[in-house]
Amino acid sequence: MNGITDRGLVLACSAIGAGLAMIAGIGPGIGQGIAAGHGAAAVGRNPGAKGDITSTMLLGQAVAETTGLYGLAIAFILLFANPLIGKL
Amino acid sequence: MGAVSCSQMLIAKDVDFMIHGLIKLNLFGQEFWITTTHVSLLIVMLVLLVLALVVNRKMKNPQEFPTGFQNAIEMMVEMLDHMVENSMGRHAKKYVNYISSIFVFIFISNISGLFGLRPPTADYGVTLPLGLMTFAIIQYNNIKYNKVGAFTGLFKPLPLLFPINLIGEIAVPFSLSLRLFGNVLSGTVMMALIYALLAPFAVGWPGILHIYFDIFSGAIQTYVFCMLTMVFVTEKMPE
Repeated sequence: MNGITDRGLVLACSAIGAGLAMIAGIGPGIGQGIAAGHGAAAVGRNPGAKGDITSTMLLGQAVAETTGLYGLAIAFILLFANPLIGKL
Repeated sequence: MGAVSCSQMLIAKDVDFMIHGLIKLNLFGQEFWITTTHVSLLIVMLVLLVLALVVNRKMKNPQEFPTGFQNAIEMMVEMLDHMVENSMGRHAKKYVNYISSIFVFIFISNISGLFGLRPPTADYGVTLPLGLMTFAIIQYNNIKYNKVGAFTGLFKPLPLLFPINLIGEIAVPFSLSLRLFGNVLSGTVMMALIYALLAPFAVGWPGILHIYFDIFSGAIQTYVFCMLTMVFVTEKMPE
């Protein structure tokens, strides 16, 4: 641990934490894929309702995306507005 | 070419996607900064104003069978009318102006990255007020149509669920604004990374990424913001 400053340690761990926070991207990816798959199936079954199905699908996907965006917000905070540096 | 010069070539430019302060103002003992967001907002506003004036001029003497510009504008207005009508039903008339305004504003803001501006919606200070405006409209309608039910509704179906219901109400503007902010900012960051880190190779082909990050993602997020606003507002209204 020689030659590692406190600040450097906090910054390095923050970068790792930001990377870990982005694991949250898995959930929305799977969820949106499922929604899109079911949307495609629904259009196949009832092509007349394509507009309604598409808008419902997009709405659901947007809501599913929220958790991923919370992870993204955490990652951005850790990288660019790090609150831990001030605690040193 | 040695490894050192190669790596130096690769980081030829700094990664730049932050908000920059341009002018410092001192008002009432507080520091204010005029930032790149303000400039982008002003440009977006000017574009919208000029567009509005031109459309107003054109529509003073409309053609019977629309062509060209008039056709495009009529298509746009019809699309927005249709969108609001579909999800708000008989309340559409009251809200079509507001929804259309924020739709056009957010859309132009999102695609302003194409023209070298930093998108204003990639600043949380722009998206949070948009979310709060939605919140105000939701709560106004909640109190207007549900009267006391707006408050007692928080204790349904169980009084025990009051904290969760309250958080659910308060989280709406934050999740709305964070969604828009996060999507636009991630696109901005990706484009900045590509232009900065791949500077020698970033010729031509980033255009394809611009189509995805700026136009596609921007349009989808605009649509989602407006749809969610309408869904939340309609939820509080009687059938």
